[in-house]
Amino acid sequence: MTAILETAGLTKRFGAVTAAEGLDVRIASGAVVGMIGPNGAGKTTFLNIVTGYLEPDRGSVRFRGREITGLGPRAIAALGIARSFQIPQLFGSLTALENMLVARRLASGAVRDFWRPLHDRALAEEALAALRRLGLDRLAHQTVGTLPEGARKLLDIALALVRRPGLLLLDEPTSGVSVKEKFALFDVLVGVLRADGVTAIFVEHDMEVVARYADEVLAFADGRVLARGAPADVLRDPAVRRLVVGTED
Amino acid sequence: MRGRLRALATAAGTLALLLAGAVLPAWALFLGTVALAKGLTILGLVFLMRAGLVSFGQGLYYALGAYAAGFLGEHLGVTDAFAVLGAGVVLAVLVAALVGVLMVQYREIFFAMLSLAFSMILYGVLVKTQTFGSTDGINVPPATFLGWAPAAGRLRVALYLLTVLAGAAAVAAARRYALSTLGSLAHAIRDNEIRVEYLGASVARAIYVKYLLAAGLAGLSGGLVALTVGHIDPEMAYWTTSGEFVFVALLGGTGNVLAPMLGSVVFEVARSYAYAYSPYTWQMLLGLLMLAVILFVPHGLGSLAERWSARRAR
Repeated sequence: MTAILETAGLTKRFGAVTAAEGLDVRIASGAVVGMIGPNGAGKTTFLNIVTGYLEPDRGSVRFRGREITGLGPRAIAALGIARSFQIPQLFGSLTALENMLVARRLASGAVRDFWRPLHDRALAEEALAALRRLGLDRLAHQTVGTLPEGARKLLDIALALVRRPGLLLLDEPTSGVSVKEKFALFDVLVGVLRADGVTAIFVEHDMEVVARYADEVLAFADGRVLARGAPADVLRDPAVRRLVVGTED
Repeated sequence: MRGRLRALATAAGTLALLLAGAVLPAWALFLGTVALAKGLTILGLVFLMRAGLVSFGQGLYYALGAYAAGFLGEHLGVTDAFAVLGAGVVLAVLVAALVGVLMVQYREIFFAMLSLAFSMILYGVLVKTQTFGSTDGINVPPATFLGWAPAAGRLRVALYLLTVLAGAAAVAAARRYALSTLGSLAHAIRDNEIRVEYLGASVARAIYVKYLLAAGLAGLSGGLVALTVGHIDPEMAYWTTSGEFVFVALLGGTGNVLAPMLGSVVFEVARSYAYAYSPYTWQMLLGLLMLAVILFVPHGLGSLAERWSARRAR
């Protein structure tokens, strides 16, 4: 399968702390990849570099064969990489629908769209349909600040999906979500990703979720890739069990 | 339907204000003109405040608008109201285009203090420059209107009518802007700049546009006040003037585009009466007014209408 994302020798240090050390990662187009690792392993740093929030000290990032190292978040978003955040990054004083309307208006990037009214019937219907796909339509008119955490997480993802990205990076999409909600959230999410053919990398601490939903797993430790492959193989790896899963048997 | 009703109400309000020009006494015309003119600066300030940016330096653009009118009238003999007001707006926007490049990189207290610093630079220049009248300021010649030079009484009415029309046009345009994506982006920027960037929009560019609009409105406002009062001085760029604009913005609230106008009228009336009845403690009375607004109407006087309609809906 062709690679949608490739990194070579990606290195990032924060003072004495090495958050990424020579990362060579290749993500196949259309795959749903689980990223696991203990806290401080470099998972979020990897996502931050790929999405332009951080610049690497060394190494390169290629998306669909194009060099994107050092580009800012806006330029990278325009190329087709989107992300969600560990703490949902939403517009708290607006409703869920208004969040989507803002996202959809900005998605075109056309200056004239900036001067158009935000509230437009056709646009609102599109936004509602997008919310419905993630089961959020009944909360559309609720202010985001009052939404439950699971809904906030899904809305964060819905915003990221507005631009129809080729690659979606999800930073701990189930953190703060109850065990019961976790699987429901992933059922919906992976259904949408597969239907739209979106490649995704999700950072996750729950190994059951990883085993169930990932096509491939990348295990990180100390800023390096510890193991990669099919979920069953990686989760059986002794080093992964010791450093990531936390069991030794 | 609601939008049409609102437009009708605004048109009716504007017409009522225009007609009031024929019956209001001279002092009320003067007060109303100054209040509505200053309301334009506050309207621009509200654009910025909605994005979480408090400018303590709108006096810079207010004074530029006023000095454009004063300089053109006093030194070049240009007295046409439309020409001097246009020049004030252009000058304010041009300066904002330069200053704004730096301003958009700062947020919170740094934005507030930097804006204050720029206005104080202009204050320093005005105080030290004889051409601009130094600390005495300069007199602004009576305005003419496309060749028509009204006598004093008619001039007052003409300036009032011009200010009402400018205010109505600005409020209508501001409402359209507030409902646009760019206008709505103010809330998004205040809530979460990171998400705005990841959605593909430039926060800096959006703030820059808001900054230019606010400067243009302040320039127009300063020009109208200069023509109405007939005298300008460096105090217009002083930080207390900018602080007063912030005070009035909080008094009126940032919830709707009429609030700055309402806040400005209430403030000018309250100040005039406070000064007339208690000349030594008028600032304290204004402070008490602000305290009462913060305690009982925390979203400003402009939110009273929304509260009332929400209560009716229940």
